Amino acid sequence: MIETRNLTKRFGHVEAVHEVSLEVRPGDRYGLLGPNGSGKTTLVRMLLGLVYATSGEISVLGQRVPRHVSRVLPDIGALIEEPAAYPHLSGRANLRLLDAAGPHGARRTRRRRVDEALEQVGLGGIDRRPVRNYSLGMRQRLGLAAALVRRPRLLILDEPTNGLDPRGIRDIRNLLIDLNAAGVTVFMSSHLLPEVAALCTRIGVIDSGRLVLQDQLAALQKPTGRVLISTNDPERAVAALDGLVERRDGEDLVVLSADPAALNARLVRADVPVRSLAVQRRTLEEIVLDVTGAGSDQFGGDVARGGTTPHTPREEDVARGGTTPHTPRGEEL
Amino acid sequence: MIAVELFKLVRRLRTWLSIGLICALPLVVAIFIAVTHLAPPPGQGSAFLSAVLDEGQLYPAAALALVLPVFLPVTVAVIAGDSIAGEASAGTLRYLLARPVGRTKLLVAKLLAVITFTLLAVVAVTVTSYATGVFILGPSRAAAVGTSPGGISGSIAPGAGGGPTAGLQAGAGITSLSGTPLTFLELVERVLGAMAFITVSMLGVAAIALFLSTLTDSAIGAAFGSLGALVASEILVTLNAASAVQPYLPTRYWLAWIDFFRQPIFWRNIDRGFAIQAVYVVVFLAAAWANFATRDVTT
Repeated sequence: MIETRNLTKRFGHVEAVHEVSLEVRPGDRYGLLGPNGSGKTTLVRMLLGLVYATSGEISVLGQRVPRHVSRVLPDIGALIEEPAAYPHLSGRANLRLLDAAGPHGARRTRRRRVDEALEQVGLGGIDRRPVRNYSLGMRQRLGLAAALVRRPRLLILDEPTNGLDPRGIRDIRNLLIDLNAAGVTVFMSSHLLPEVAALCTRIGVIDSGRLVLQDQLAALQKPTGRVLISTNDPERAVAALDGLVERRDGEDLVVLSADPAALNARLVRADVPVRSLAVQRRTLEEIVLDVTGAGSDQFGGDVARGGTTPHTPREEDVARGGTTPHTPRGEEL
Repeated sequence: MIAVELFKLVRRLRTWLSIGLICALPLVVAIFIAVTHLAPPPGQGSAFLSAVLDEGQLYPAAALALVLPVFLPVTVAVIAGDSIAGEASAGTLRYLLARPVGRTKLLVAKLLAVITFTLLAVVAVTVTSYATGVFILGPSRAAAVGTSPGGISGSIAPGAGGGPTAGLQAGAGITSLSGTPLTFLELVERVLGAMAFITVSMLGVAAIALFLSTLTDSAIGAAFGSLGALVASEILVTLNAASAVQPYLPTRYWLAWIDFFRQPIFWRNIDRGFAIQAVYVVVFLAAAWANFATRDVTT
């Protein structure tokens, strides 16, 4: 769907994107991660023909970009940084106007497509108030609706859940998963790790303009060969597990084992009361922080030393909402 | 795309506000003249203004002469300067281009929208000032009063033939600047010609502002830049030392529309005026295209 080869972009002396070769396959939900200023937005703009590459090649939906970008853009829905609309017009008028501006938006179906797109993003019942009176979340939903009006095959979304509340984030995530199931390939950039972890099947990590990692999320998060156990009786647990315990921290144990079921059976046989038992996986945060440096908005040394943080921050957990398809932290019991 | 630009134009409050303001100036002037009966003496002040007390139906011409030097170019510069820069700073430019709207197409649509605006403004001024002329200044007062020799001619110095002595033929309606009478149909034709010429005269400003609009993301900057060019041009036009470049200045033939009111129509400067505006449009639209088509859109 999207393929870039050795894509490089220089703005004057600043190299924003360096030799990026990324691949988005049909059906992917691809998450492009990277710190602020790492080149995500420049990359997205190059895919859409807004910014011209200094060198390298881009192919989107089988066509060379930017040369044939006008052939593929009708099949792409895009959200580029924040959404934008004419503030004095209503959301509906904005969508109709944008649809009328370019080719391949049949006038006959325009009204219906616009209404459908608004429905999809949860703005179906919106009144005629001008966009200037919209809240941040409503603007974001409108921007997504604008990307959906032409029923695209490929969605290129820069920070799609920006400004949404937890319910909005969940709605949009479910919408993107549904669209993906219906055959739409989703390419999104984000720096919200829990968002990407909850939504994407494949990730790319960009740092200082370089693509430092690209793989299926499931492969990156395969079990580490350790099991995390919490128990009321750590002494007996350690005895029962007989040398497998790698580390003990109060009532929490890190146990070397690739077979959590056997481990559990053993603890039950030894009559150890287990509170929780989980296969350890690397969190997306660990994966990303492992391969990236400080973002361009940080100057000087690391803010808080002490290696990579083991857990995702609390507030992001809250923001993730209730029904995550797969949590980044492993299968907790 | 052109329809979309026109829709955007008519749905913006700014469009109607500026047209309203443009129409208001001649109205205010007419009220003052009607109340005081003090029109500027022939040869002074704005073109045609000395004549309107005698002939209210000529007020559209006087009104156009009033708004041409400042009001009209300022609004045209503001709207043309906003065309790309405004979309860029609002963020809508990237969505239009990703829609996709071709960059060349967008530029042409923007220029057409500006032309439409100019035309709207000129028509609005003509219609409102005709009404003003007829209702406030009254029709053909000259025939009744019978003073003011020469009718309108005095206000424009380089008259071709005729002259003040030709005078007004009582009851014959409107006279040309050359002194010969014009039928109402001829007057309408000539007013239409003048409207077309004035609209075209604004193309140079519009093209310069549009070009600047592709250079910067600041709509105000583009508008002021083009107005700066205009002011410079207006200064040079009056400067004898600059006579070498005067034929190429965008404002050089701005007043040539007055020649539509001569009998017969004095085409030389009118033709040159059309030609110079065409050159400005071609040059600056090409420059705008060259810049915009290869530019990274990062806003």
